[in-house]
Amino acid sequence: MRLPEPCGPLSEGVVRALTAEASGPQPVPEPRAVGDVVFPLADRDLQLALWILYELHYRGYDGIDPGAEWDPLLLVSRAALERVFERAVRSLADQAAPDEGDPGRGDDPAERVTRELTRMTVREGPGETVRFLERRATRDEFVSYLRRRAVHHLRESDPHSFLLPRLGGAAKVGLAELQYDEYGSGRPDRLHQELFAAALRSLDLSTDLASYAEEADAATLASVNVMSLFALNRRLRGAALGHLAAFEATSSLPCDRIARGAQRLGLPAEVAAYYEEHVVADAVHEQLAIRTICGALVADEPELADDVLMGARACLALDGLAAQAQLDAWLGARSAPRRSTSRRAG
Amino acid sequence: MSPRRVTVTECPGGPLLIRGADEVVGIDGTTGTADRAVVAMCRCGRSERLPWCDDSHRAKRRRKQSTKTEKTEKAEKAEKTEKTD
Repeated sequence: MRLPEPCGPLSEGVVRALTAEASGPQPVPEPRAVGDVVFPLADRDLQLALWILYELHYRGYDGIDPGAEWDPLLLVSRAALERVFERAVRSLADQAAPDEGDPGRGDDPAERVTRELTRMTVREGPGETVRFLERRATRDEFVSYLRRRAVHHLRESDPHSFLLPRLGGAAKVGLAELQYDEYGSGRPDRLHQELFAAALRSLDLSTDLASYAEEADAATLASVNVMSLFALNRRLRGAALGHLAAFEATSSLPCDRIARGAQRLGLPAEVAAYYEEHVVADAVHEQLAIRTICGALVADEPELADDVLMGARACLALDGLAAQAQLDAWLGARSAPRRSTSRRAG
Repeated sequence: MSPRRVTVTECPGGPLLIRGADEVVGIDGTTGTADRAVVAMCRCGRSERLPWCDDSHRAKRRRKQSTKTEKTEKAEKAEKTEKTD
């Protein structure tokens, strides 16, 4: 993959450090102090800078020294960006936490976590964005959704693979079982990332991840970066698994609606097939993630209970922000050109 | 090699997780071929993909009704959007 085009001083600094000649990676210059970032979750420059650095741990970039992944200077820069990002993620998750003073003391922590994960994900109804895709979106609007989601789905499940060596016992076995399914259950053509790439190709869309990272807004990048933040920092493994559980448990029903939208628009079968696969697969993954994985993790390491719930709340809140950004983009584009003349609305 | 093990795990308020099965017969008699290592079998009968669970047990109302009310919801939605325009 090529390096994405930077969009501000922080991401420019990262790109410049990566492309520095001869002597290898350079420290990321800080023309704009990371501390100046006011709204990290809405700051596209910060999110893109982080995204570019995280990608070094996945597939890297053409022509960039693979050693950059563990370059101490780049890691220092990443840590500074992550501190700002993590603080914002935690504060967003805290806002979503229930106010009850007593979180069920004396309760078994694993039971509390599975119950709470179920409760918070059941409450999450189908969002406006999903209903829009099901019933109202035009072909172009639907395609714009796929383009936005590409930064997630072209790397689908990869962050969680970093968690496997960080777990033991039943949680490890459960995650391996879930990942095996995400990775095609032994069939390369069933790899979920590949199903999404096939959907893109069926619409003559590129599968070049860099171009989608360049298009993605801050909220979308943040919703993807948070998975790398949680998965690449072992201390945040509880949050990573909570995120996974919340994601899987809020996927089946929306995917069913999105598949209907694809069928309504007569899009190529590959598009609906990607979402159809996730209706049934994620109904399984939800049970694995909430009960087998998070339940077993917390039974093993009860002190991680709050992190698991924080990760789950962060998932719902960040995905909510990304979905809202998508909805705003659609509605904004619809009302802008013919505001007064058109009363068409559905 | 030891004989293959088939296990069934009950998920409270949710499906049965089945590991090691070749075929599953749902509550409506539909037979499904298990093409993943773990499958979730619907127990509530609300799934539109029997014998598999499609998470319909989580939906606020039956999905079948949702097609019925689709028109009214659409009208409501149109009205709402017009107001915000």
